[in-house]
Amino acid sequence: MFDPIVPNTDPNAQVHFTFDGESIYTAPNTSVAAALLAAGHTWFRQMPVSGRQRGPFCMMGTCFDCLVEIDGITVQACVTTVTEGLNVTRVPQMHLQEGKFK
Amino acid sequence: MTTMIIGGGVVGLSVAYGLLKQGQDVVVLDGADGDFRASRGNFGLVWVQGKGAGCVEYSLWSRRSAGLWASFAQELQDLTGFDLKLVQTGGFEYFTIAAELENQVAKLLALRNASNGDYTFEVLDNVALKKQIPEIGPKVLGATYCPEDGHVNPLFLLKALSSAVQKKGGVIHTGTKVIDVTSTDAGFMVVLENGKQLNGEKVVLSAGLGAIDLGPKLGFRAPIRPQQGQLMVTEKLPTFLYHPSGTLRQVNEGGIQIGASKAELGLHDVEDVLTIAGLARHAIDVFPHLAKAKMVRSWAALRIMSPDGLPIYQHSTTHPGATFITCHSGITLAAAHAELLPDWIMNNNAAPDLSVFNEGRFDV
Ligand SMILES: Cc1cc2nc3c(=O)[nH]c(=O)nc-3n(C[C@H](O)[C@H](O)[C@H](O)COP(=O)(O)OP(=O)(O)OC[C@H]3O[C@@H](n4cnc5c(N)ncnc54)[C@H](O)[C@@H]3O)c2cc1C
Ligand code: FES
Repeated sequence: MFDPIVPNTDPNAQVHFTFDGESIYTAPNTSVAAALLAAGHTWFRQMPVSGRQRGPFCMMGTCFDCLVEIDGITVQACVTTVTEGLNVTRVPQMHLQEGKFK
Repeated sequence: MTTMIIGGGVVGLSVAYGLLKQGQDVVVLDGADGDFRASRGNFGLVWVQGKGAGCVEYSLWSRRSAGLWASFAQELQDLTGFDLKLVQTGGFEYFTIAAELENQVAKLLALRNASNGDYTFEVLDNVALKKQIPEIGPKVLGATYCPEDGHVNPLFLLKALSSAVQKKGGVIHTGTKVIDVTSTDAGFMVVLENGKQLNGEKVVLSAGLGAIDLGPKLGFRAPIRPQQGQLMVTEKLPTFLYHPSGTLRQVNEGGIQIGASKAELGLHDVEDVLTIAGLARHAIDVFPHLAKAKMVRSWAALRIMSPDGLPIYQHSTTHPGATFITCHSGITLAAAHAELLPDWIMNNNAAPDLSVFNEGRFDV
């Protein structure tokens, strides 16, 4: 669905991260949101109340529709750069698993 | 008989809607986005708890409005299709400082006495509170609960009112700043910023802080000042909070709204990090799990405050046919403004007695 405007010509320069356990490779200096979109993920989270799926909308840090969780903290995927080994998960699951919310 | 309403915030629109229901012709003249507009930046509480300590009439007026709110919201929804997300399941005030909890209880007891016993509230300690809301943190010593409190989506309210006014045949001119208003033989003439003039038989001044300039032209003192309030809202979270508090409420879509600070800074409506951090700290003191939640927005807006914090409802003594309406809880009072105020504006027999809210109380 999404392709990089400037293709990564160096196959060795790849960064590896996971999204809900799935392995994803991307070019260096890619935002988590761009990497996930390129990997075919169009929604990152669900509305906690309605359950509707949401994904990046603005890609510039304004809309907060791209929220994901990294290291136990909710962050905006579009303004977070992928680093090697990054462990990214969807947000609402975390809350539900911890049983913190009804 | 056309009434010109200067200012189309929640106060002006509530009154416009009420006047239309009474068969009056209404034209609302509303300024622009650059104005200070409390109706677009407030906390959305329909709140009575603690209000009117020292002035039981204000307590009763707020409670009367809260009591009218459910049918008011339903009526607006039937007319416009907007669900205002009104919830009136009662509200808590949380306390982390013993002396503040004691003050609150004393205040509510005084209100109960002044209301001849007709004033329901409960005091809960941390243990009792935790049974109701398990997420409550250990720093919360206790809370007071009042079953008449509630909250609403204030932006849906504004949208619904604007739609309802137009559906009832009212006219709303937006981007229309009034720069002058004078009495004429047949009523009033307003002069707009673009040079145009409009005439009507009556005038309601409900311009929020804009009344500071326009009030004296109609013989009002309009002794109001801005008071800044800052708010923030978190990412949307699964529903866990079924009751609003004066400082924390979970909106229908899941975000936790946290507010509001109070500061006397003049016409300054920009938020600052220290204040917002203070709001966040309070929220985490009450609900520790919110430490993990992401803040998505913060903003500041200006309250419209009278010297004693009570509303002002005043008929002009020098310009008959002009009335001045302002308050610092226009969401709470919206139902009363739509249902009860029109009779007072038109001097009908059914008018509520609002004499304590007269401007004369500020005369020295
Ligand atoms: C931070 C904060 C939190 C609040 N929380 C609550 C709450 O939880 N519950 C509650 O009940 N209340 C709350 N309030 C108060 C509530 O928002 C206000 O009482 C209410 O919005 C006031 O409405 P208004 O129509 O008088 O003023 P405004 O919303 O300011 O509207 C005035 C209108 O007049 C227009 N205007 C101004 N000058 C002119 C002019 N010269 N010509 C034409 N038009 C003009 C402006 O454009 C504006 O649209 C809060 C307020 C703040 C700031
Ligand atoms: S996509 Fe809008 S904030 Fe990230």
